[in-house]
Amino acid sequence: MFTLIKTQKYSAIVFAISFLFLTNFTLGQDQKETSAASPGHNQIVIKDFDFSPKTLTVKSGEKITWINRDDEPHTVVSVEKQFKKSTALDTDQEFTITAGAPGTYTYFCSVHPKMTGTIVVEKS
Amino acid sequence: MSDYISHDHEHDGVDRRGFLKCMAWAGTGVLWTISGGVLVSKTLAQIAKAGGSLPTATDLSFLQISDSHIGFSKDANKDVTETFKVALDRINAMPTPPSFLIHTGDITQLSKPEEFDTFDEVLKSCRTKDVFFVPGEHDVLNDGGKFYRERYLKSVEAKGSGWYSFNKNGVHFIGLVNVLNLQAGGLGQLGDDQLEWLEADVKGLGADTPIVVFAHIPLWAVYPQWGWGTSDSEQALGYLKRFGSVTVLNGHIHQVLQKVEGNMTFHTAMSTAFPQPAPGTAPSPGPMKVPAEKLRSMLGLANVQYIQGKTSLAIIDSNLS
Repeated sequence: MFTLIKTQKYSAIVFAISFLFLTNFTLGQDQKETSAASPGHNQIVIKDFDFSPKTLTVKSGEKITWINRDDEPHTVVSVEKQFKKSTALDTDQEFTITAGAPGTYTYFCSVHPKMTGTIVVEKS
Repeated sequence: MSDYISHDHEHDGVDRRGFLKCMAWAGTGVLWTISGGVLVSKTLAQIAKAGGSLPTATDLSFLQISDSHIGFSKDANKDVTETFKVALDRINAMPTPPSFLIHTGDITQLSKPEEFDTFDEVLKSCRTKDVFFVPGEHDVLNDGGKFYRERYLKSVEAKGSGWYSFNKNGVHFIGLVNVLNLQAGGLGQLGDDQLEWLEADVKGLGADTPIVVFAHIPLWAVYPQWGWGTSDSEQALGYLKRFGSVTVLNGHIHQVLQKVEGNMTFHTAMSTAFPQPAPGTAPSPGPMKVPAEKLRSMLGLANVQYIQGKTSLAIIDSNLS
């Protein structure tokens, strides 16, 4: 009986952790060549080895798209591994994610680590 | 400032300040060489005409080629495969072929297998068959360098993420990897495992053994604002301080820059693909577009010669124009 309760407790914790992890940043990610900035769709432009804006504030559930305007490949990688990293984005390629739980998320380009940026996710 | 010599340590007519002054024009892509402190300006074409008269008693000659960026097709150079071919043609035209080549990274633009295939196919035209590689960040974009290690570092029995050493004619060569596991906000990085290996690798060597270190990102702080440096290079160089002759060869910045510090000579090579701006002279270090007729004067390779008994190796940068 005691063992059963313990197992249940453990499962609950595991479930809570995985739930947290999954909802942290839901990834509707895709990489495209065309740019289509629409209302409620937040864009970060990569130009001259920089993310612009450096800090972007979005509401939970909104989409964020990075677009590379350099003649040099860049990546988008979460410093704390809070969301899946992009593959190398060539010129005019995009990377999109959907913002999850409120919080502050820092990211960088793993090819040029001097390039860093921040996303602040607020409650929707 | 006048052109007098204040300190002529090697009695060769060139002092440190004069040398550095010459470096200013070296940085613009003009050809130069240093041999035991003697500066000479010659092109490979001139050497060919003179019947290969530079320097006469060479014990070892090898060639550094860098930053081929196969797959790049933007305005800065729409045909990087062609300029890479031209570089190989120059090597094939040398009266005395180099013993081997060193490629200091960025074979490809996007780490695509077909880009590596094109590179390998073109490289077959080179008379010199022995080539030693170290990866650039463009070669390890999506798989942590797995493909690269399999193809280019298997034969040298590389350790860890791809570092290794070998000996040629009494010179100890060390290939290092500083483009993997980079940290947010940081520079190039060697990492603890590689540093530990390096310390052990050189431990048994006599201080009179000439050392040549090659890696992609400069192992000196060229311009950290643009990421042109390696965060833990000081520690690596610390293990090499006791040696009488250390030559550090890097790529990554697509231009010739040199620094001499004690017994260490730091040198960066031109790219065969496209030039990049001088440190701090542009909004970013991205590919630099120059007039078409000027492009090949800003691409090139470096010929390195070792003469026993000389304290420093001779490095001849030549462009592709």
